[in-house]
Amino acid sequence: MAERRTTLSGRSAVPTAPGLGGHVAAERPPALAEHFETLEQQHGVNALGMLVFLGSELMFFGMLFTVYTAYRLRYPEAFAMGSRHLDLALGGINTAVLIISTLMMALAEHSALRGERRWLPRYLALAILLGLLFLGIKGLEYYHHAQEQLLPGFAFSFSGPAAEQVQLFFLLYYAMTGLHAVHLTAGIGVACVMLALAWRGGLLGAEHWPLEMLGLYWNFVDIIWLFLFPLLYLVGRP
Amino acid sequence: MSATTLPAPASYATVSYGLRSWLLTTDHKRIAILYMISITVLFVIGGLAATLMRVELLTPGGRLMDDATYNKLFSVHGIIMVFFFLIPSIPTVLGNFLVPLMIGARDLAFPRLNLASWYIFMLGAAFMLWAIFTGGIDTGWTFYTPFSTSSSTTKVVPALLGIFISGFSSILTGLNFIVTIHRMRAPGLTWFRLPLFLWSLYATSVILVLATPVLGMTLVLVALERVLHVGIFDPALGGDPLLFQHMFWFYSHPAVYVMILPGMGVTSELIAAFTHRQVFGYRFVALASVAIAVLGFLVWGHHMFVAGMSVHAALIFSILSYLVAIPSAIKVFNWTASLHRGAISLDTPLLYALGFVGLFTIGGLTGLFLAALAIDVHVTDTYFVIAHFHYIMVGGMVMAYLGGLHYWWPKITGRLYPEIWGKLAALTVFLGFNLTFFPQYIMGYLGMPRRYHVYPAEFQVFHVLSTAGASILAVGYLLPLVYFLLSLWHGQQATANPWGATGLEWQTSSPPPPHNFVDKPVVTSEPYNYPTREPAHG
Amino acid sequence: MSVEDRNARGEPTTSPRTALVVCAALLILTGVSIAVAHLALGGWNALLTLLIAAVQAVLIGAFYMRIRYAHGLPRLVVVAALLWFAILLAGTLDDVLTRGWVPVLGK
Repeated sequence: MAERRTTLSGRSAVPTAPGLGGHVAAERPPALAEHFETLEQQHGVNALGMLVFLGSELMFFGMLFTVYTAYRLRYPEAFAMGSRHLDLALGGINTAVLIISTLMMALAEHSALRGERRWLPRYLALAILLGLLFLGIKGLEYYHHAQEQLLPGFAFSFSGPAAEQVQLFFLLYYAMTGLHAVHLTAGIGVACVMLALAWRGGLLGAEHWPLEMLGLYWNFVDIIWLFLFPLLYLVGRP
Repeated sequence: MSATTLPAPASYATVSYGLRSWLLTTDHKRIAILYMISITVLFVIGGLAATLMRVELLTPGGRLMDDATYNKLFSVHGIIMVFFFLIPSIPTVLGNFLVPLMIGARDLAFPRLNLASWYIFMLGAAFMLWAIFTGGIDTGWTFYTPFSTSSSTTKVVPALLGIFISGFSSILTGLNFIVTIHRMRAPGLTWFRLPLFLWSLYATSVILVLATPVLGMTLVLVALERVLHVGIFDPALGGDPLLFQHMFWFYSHPAVYVMILPGMGVTSELIAAFTHRQVFGYRFVALASVAIAVLGFLVWGHHMFVAGMSVHAALIFSILSYLVAIPSAIKVFNWTASLHRGAISLDTPLLYALGFVGLFTIGGLTGLFLAALAIDVHVTDTYFVIAHFHYIMVGGMVMAYLGGLHYWWPKITGRLYPEIWGKLAALTVFLGFNLTFFPQYIMGYLGMPRRYHVYPAEFQVFHVLSTAGASILAVGYLLPLVYFLLSLWHGQQATANPWGATGLEWQTSSPPPPHNFVDKPVVTSEPYNYPTREPAHG
Repeated sequence: MSVEDRNARGEPTTSPRTALVVCAALLILTGVSIAVAHLALGGWNALLTLLIAAVQAVLIGAFYMRIRYAHGLPRLVVVAALLWFAILLAGTLDDVLTRGWVPVLGK
């Protein structure tokens, strides 16, 4: 791209408006993309972009939550029956795993800001490992469901009058946890890229902001699970 | 505002050549051109489907095609026109080009995401076109269950995939605009100094970000039900078809505001520029855009009045649907007041804007008729509804798009289009449009149902008028296609500000340099700060 | 509380100590939620467990995502997203739960 090097000179005597923040630097820091004025503007833009994106993701999951709620209100017994077939122990462990991975992510962010070059990759790696553990346990649960013939559409056999509604429960269960797992996988993927960068000494100090964005995303994925867990696993338990 | 005084810098379009420089560009202006070409092609495909439909409807019997084929045609027409033309049109073409220019920025907040949006859009369109040309789709653009999940034998899943993928393009474009307008305005450009076009694009972007994901997930569930035969929306399998409609219309109603709000923004710009005056009631018009976006999310149930929804919910949706008409009416009154005693120059863009105001008003008023439960029972699923939304979408939105293209053509291409042909085309579009769609109001009220190609003979006269109008309308659309293309080589060179309009985009050369401005603009005045006119004589 | 580090936008970041405490709280709340689910409270189980989840979400939002320091716009984005989800839920449930409430003439 030929025009990359043509930058607006920062030397013009133009006062910046409040809200854009900072002074117009005489030299542009290398991390600053050419269409931004200041690093603060760039960070603000990126954080805002991630939050807006998470807002849209909330609506993505929200649709499934709404359909689930509508059907659960209509078929309470069938959904309770379905929920009891979920492995509460594994689900509970997974919840703990995800919460701790969020802690690791927060610690990673903190060490990035502090410029702690050795601890950053360690915390990131731990977050990734815990995320992978979550996916592994989820996969184990799915495997158990398959063995018990609880795969809607493929191999579903359930004895009882409300078999159709239990199948619906399981379809929604797979859709919601599946969508969540896809999001977690994407987060792990990005975290691996960040790990590679951190390994080579990047993401420290003023350059930590991509990690901050990943942190926002990771926390969101955790929050979604914290709602999925009671909705799906904690029905009809008494 | 600071103006450029240096000799004209290289244009964004000619600063580098070759396919790679276009396909790998992150320049928002080039991406706008990419979108313009794509949606024009898609518009032609959707228009061809409509042409075939209108030819078939000339006679009451099924002369040219069977039911299955007709079902496919109206589905293709609806899907392409809604998802692949109207929703992207003004935001991705005029919005992408103008948003950074209008706020004095060098590009959008996320330029590479912008390019990715285009590729995602193209991927979605590719899936859709593949579905269409390898068997078609016959569910209508509304994909109602259980037909789409259990009975239809056409390429439903690839079509759903196409729409799902292109939905991400919408979300990312909306995200880009929101962040850009919030964080990248030039110094001094406060919210109430923004051009009204940006207010409407902002409101549009909020809708895109919040509504599109719901559609995406809904289509996924439809695909799952179709493949797995588990009853989510199929009553025969224990599902609730109304639940599908709720989820579908939660997106698709705000989607119609996605389609019209940018057109309203363009209309505000055109009226200001061609009356050489501040828009009357600027703040009301600006806030009305936001109000439309918000209220538009509360009314989706009015598409389901006869579907078996609870009467309680229907009553609430009905009253809310009345409320959403208010901000639109506010805009119409303000536009009209802006025209009053303005120094009006009846150039082509203003002709389109005037057409917009009149035709949108008619379409909007008939929306109020439809919001009344008792009337809706009679006219829903008839040609009355079809006429209603075509008055808004074609009489409104497409005319606004054409008006905007004509107005900003000099800025985008550095060339002027031939004004005489412009006026002729605008007139042709207006006449052709009304002849096409006004008879549809009448025959809909008299009982002609939508999506039928075999109909009682008493409706034939209306269909003939409608098809005649459609052929005139087609000519009106072909004319700009031809003279715009020709203008690229033979058109008169445009100056930086051929219309004498206000706005930051006119403070840079036509076409703009790659980084939009040579000196960073600073805004110190109100928008549309034309010199005050004296009242006209007599 | 000790002086907190600030990030590029001048917002305080979460100290490791705070992060640890919040993590412990989240784990404890999860345990509470599982326990509550086993009580015979009729329909209230569901609401209570969801309420606990909401508290957990607020903790994460406040201490990990630091929404409370992000003035104005980011907070508005969060509120707007929640509000819109509420609109979707309310509108849909309004229909689903009230079918048959208002009689239709002739039926």
